[in-house]
Amino acid sequence: MTFRKYLVLAGVTLFAAIGDTFLARGMKQVGAISLHNLPDIVFTLLNPWVALGIFFLLGFFAAYMTALSWADLTYVLPATSLGYVLLALIAKFFLHEQVSATRWLGIGLISAGVGFVTQGPALTRHPAHDGHQEMEPEAVGSRAEP
Amino acid sequence: MKHAYTWGAILAVVLASTTGDVLLSRAMKKVGDVGELWRRSGMLTVAGRIVRRPSFVLGIAMMAVAFFSLLFALSWADVSLVAPASASLTFVANAIAAKVFLHERVDHRRWIAALLVAGGVVLLAA
Repeated sequence: MTFRKYLVLAGVTLFAAIGDTFLARGMKQVGAISLHNLPDIVFTLLNPWVALGIFFLLGFFAAYMTALSWADLTYVLPATSLGYVLLALIAKFFLHEQVSATRWLGIGLISAGVGFVTQGPALTRHPAHDGHQEMEPEAVGSRAEP
Repeated sequence: MKHAYTWGAILAVVLASTTGDVLLSRAMKKVGDVGELWRRSGMLTVAGRIVRRPSFVLGIAMMAVAFFSLLFALSWADVSLVAPASASLTFVANAIAAKVFLHERVDHRRWIAALLVAGGVVLLAA
């Protein structure tokens, strides 16, 4: 794990939390969309907060895919859960919401879980078919289409 | 009856998003280290290789199914039940699926982490 890879994991966490926050803020401004006027959902894209939220969520997806290209799913997923912790902290310190004792306990559990995972190796090595780095990926990848 | 619908939708969210995550993870492992590939052959090549993977496309489709199942679940029950229930069950389901389908070595550390995170998510919503 290099510094650059930790940066990508931080991006996964940050972008998801920021994107969700912006989306939530935008959707509150837009108001409820009734199931009968479903096409109205297109207009929500015009709301700057919603647009910004989607932009950050695209960033999250890019970072998530990058992380999955060199780390196990069971390594990356707990990292995404740090986003919940971040949201609670944002709520507490920037939005001055009350964070209950139960929530602090939840924050503690998630953080402990993430701590456990990051102590171990990031990627499982498969000696039998550990081909994806030595072999040309394209050769494995582009099986002839029928 | 409404109860059964809600849990059915939650189950659908968990299954679809776990399947999606497994497919996306498999696709990206086949593509290989994105950073390295980017430096060697540029962004377009990377994007092209990712998008041409059938498991990537299928993974995205499963994520869409998960999203709409979540919307259904939300129309039947409170977000304070649906969101934490589906999120925390997804963490545990993912650990199992990663072991079975991706042959990841899910050791004690990762099991404990999956359970702690799942529990933490439930508490955050409580």
